Amino acid sequence: MIRLNVNGEDREVDVDPETPLLWVLRDELQLTGTKYGCGIAACGACTVQMDGFPTRSCQTRVSDVEGAKITTIEGVDGKAASAVQAAWRELDVPQCGYCQSGQILAATALLAETPKPSDDDIDAAMSGNVCRCATYHRIRAAIHRASETMEG
Amino acid sequence: MLHLMQRMANAAPRPSRRSFLKLSAGAAGGLLIGVKLPGSLAQAAEGAASDQMFTPFVRITPDNLVTVLNKHLDMGQGNATGLATLVAEELDASTEQMRAEFAPADNAKYQNLLFGVQGTGGSTAIANSFEQYRKAGATARAMLVAAAAEAWGVAASEISVKAGTLSHPSGKSATFGEMAEAAAALDVPGDVTLKTPDQWVYIGKGFPRLDVANKTVGAPNTYGMDVQRDDQLVAVLTRPRAFGATVASLNADEARKVAGVVDVIDVPGHGVAVLATSTWPAIKAQGLLEIEWDESKAETRSSDALFDEYRTLAQAEGPVFRHDGDAAAQLEGAANVVEETFEFPYLAHGMMEPMVLTIHVEGDRATLWYPAQFQTVDQATAASVLGIPQENVAINTLYGGGSFGRRTSFDAKHIVEAASIAKIWGKSQPIKLVYTREDDTRAGYYRPMGVHKVRVGLDADGNLVGWHHRIVQQSLMSGTAFESFAVKDGIDSTSVEGVEDFSYAVSAFHGELHSPKVGVPVLWWRSVGHTQTAYVVETMIDRAAEAAGADPVAFRRAHLTRKTGSDAHDADNARKLGVLDKVVEMSGWSEGAPEGRFRGVAVHKSFNSYVAEVAEVSRRDDGTFKVEKVWCAVDCGVAVNPDNVKAQMEGGIGYGLGAILFDEITLTDGHVDQENFDTYRPLRMEDMPAVEVEVIASAAAPTGAGEPGTPPIGPAVANAIRAATGSVPSVLPLSKAGLA
Repeated sequence: MIRLNVNGEDREVDVDPETPLLWVLRDELQLTGTKYGCGIAACGACTVQMDGFPTRSCQTRVSDVEGAKITTIEGVDGKAASAVQAAWRELDVPQCGYCQSGQILAATALLAETPKPSDDDIDAAMSGNVCRCATYHRIRAAIHRASETMEG
Repeated sequence: MLHLMQRMANAAPRPSRRSFLKLSAGAAGGLLIGVKLPGSLAQAAEGAASDQMFTPFVRITPDNLVTVLNKHLDMGQGNATGLATLVAEELDASTEQMRAEFAPADNAKYQNLLFGVQGTGGSTAIANSFEQYRKAGATARAMLVAAAAEAWGVAASEISVKAGTLSHPSGKSATFGEMAEAAAALDVPGDVTLKTPDQWVYIGKGFPRLDVANKTVGAPNTYGMDVQRDDQLVAVLTRPRAFGATVASLNADEARKVAGVVDVIDVPGHGVAVLATSTWPAIKAQGLLEIEWDESKAETRSSDALFDEYRTLAQAEGPVFRHDGDAAAQLEGAANVVEETFEFPYLAHGMMEPMVLTIHVEGDRATLWYPAQFQTVDQATAASVLGIPQENVAINTLYGGGSFGRRTSFDAKHIVEAASIAKIWGKSQPIKLVYTREDDTRAGYYRPMGVHKVRVGLDADGNLVGWHHRIVQQSLMSGTAFESFAVKDGIDSTSVEGVEDFSYAVSAFHGELHSPKVGVPVLWWRSVGHTQTAYVVETMIDRAAEAAGADPVAFRRAHLTRKTGSDAHDADNARKLGVLDKVVEMSGWSEGAPEGRFRGVAVHKSFNSYVAEVAEVSRRDDGTFKVEKVWCAVDCGVAVNPDNVKAQMEGGIGYGLGAILFDEITLTDGHVDQENFDTYRPLRMEDMPAVEVEVIASAAAPTGAGEPGTPPIGPAVANAIRAATGSVPSVLPLSKAGLA
């Protein structure tokens, strides 16, 4: 049994310790908001937060996260997350939307650390998150919008 | 693809008369509005309307929700909201009460009116639904008004409807939900009058996307990948590395030892499938399979060898796709001739959600859950593999995590694979076929590679006099069930679209196409033939302008303004001029690029829409280019949701740009060299330019938006690079020549 803390809840799973956290979240805990995109930490669709830091769950072994606080799209909350999700809706950011859970967790972590990010900060924080619909233009605008909301 | 659709439309039997009907909305109660199938008038007259002859488009329930049944797949392009906008407009509903659901697979009821089969593609979702869904909304409105009139004892003409509320000057008011049951008991009006454009409150204005809220909270059961059925097995299929190879030997001993693996099965003609109780054991076991492949009948040529063959073919005469005047003589006598040979690689679609499909076979019935983009073909294919009637195949459509063309293939390979696995497994158990990213990248169905050889002649005054264009490109349609629709006299219309309707004024035009046979499966890729043809035509126009000593915009204007002798081309040119002039104004083209920046322009028609783009680039110290800014003007007729049209232009630009800068699928001895996003490089945030889009106001019928933003970005960037370096890159991607 491997013990996890996901979205503030203690959970136990009986899986191969090598199993990537991504598949434990999706297949064992039915938290399917975290997406599979590449399996090699090259696209960011599987991004979750581990103790507040954006982490690629497809390259994180479940046995390595015992004791950490894991936050997924289903559980993310707080000032930055609310501002980000509201800005995403206001600007109609998603198209296919498949990558947006990861984008939102990465953006939330960025704003928690850097409440007033520059375009360069956004490039640095968000370039690991691929969007094949290329909604980058609106993601950038929505991060700036969320930053303003948080200030106000 | 446009020509394909037009031919399919001509060939397909189309209902000549549709009348609207209503049914009770079943257990939920309320009003269900849709069209009645053709040929069932007599039954309708006898009051024998049944589910079988009724096509529901709109459901209004007592909880005051209006649900629109979307016959198309929404894979990000926004048609779920688009069709809901059309209904809400005529219904005078509020935005908050609108919902969208995917319709089931049923060709007779939900066919794409431009295809004759149920399917989504060619940027047709709005174009073919514009009247159908507005009429459904108008019919529902008329019935709600009639129900209120009866309940209140007033004249229907005295009742107004606004934002989901029915009201009368006497002070009486009701919601749609309150009147839904009563409306369902009334007769359906024979005909309804649609609003005139000046009465529109949503169309052309704005409407919030209905899928965005779910997509910002990771809602369950949104995508095909999210499907989790009870007792489900996950299948991961290892396909041959060379297309057409078969399994020579298999050792699955180590794979079978992985906890969670249920079986490893040979799927003849497709590969080897691992079946497991969840995803990770299946992926892990896939890596432990030892398979030897028999490649004796496989395609084992390398892409370098294919390009050599294509370049040789480009020297030879081929089947003619257009011949106007004597281009050879014009080129002979031209004061100036510009020529170039272009090379385009295979491209993968690389949508974020890899291919995925869940199938459950129960006796002579099968149920499928996935982002279904080609329902009629998929349904028939599953039925054929399983040996069951087509109507016994039910399709539950989920949102697609992108597609860009990938989820419709002529042979429905993903359906064949899943159905074959289910058939071999034999137990009545849901099976979810998951493509890993590596499987998805290597599975084929690429945009075809191609070589274009072009010669352009100008007279002493800088006018275009001759255009000779030869294309070498694998046919999408030859050998498929769609061949008779799309291939005529050796010409596959998808190979020549975007150049066969060349509309710049020119004295003579000659075009030829070679369609070599290659064993690599190819498919439409966002905007199909246009990514190649727009690149070639629009960069050659820039080269011609340079030879004529003219500004690229002035040269284009001159050749778009002159009469061409073809009414169709003149009409195209008027709209091309419209978007060109708009983008010139937006970008401040006449003032020139700022210091250190370079600009290029391109204008192109695809899917009956017209798009012009200006790209502004800068050069980095290492010689690579960064695309800083793109201005875009689009004329797609009536823009139902202008902000969504802008989003499609932004996305279409980004999608095309990533491919132009970085992407190619290459083969070594028939094996695909790329596997994942490390070797097939996607456009990232740091690569994305700022984008400014303007939508031209138009009263013309709506045309495509999902694809037309993509074709002009390649040539606009290439022309900007020409402005910086003096030469147009003719081999893609740009990274190959150190330009990106």
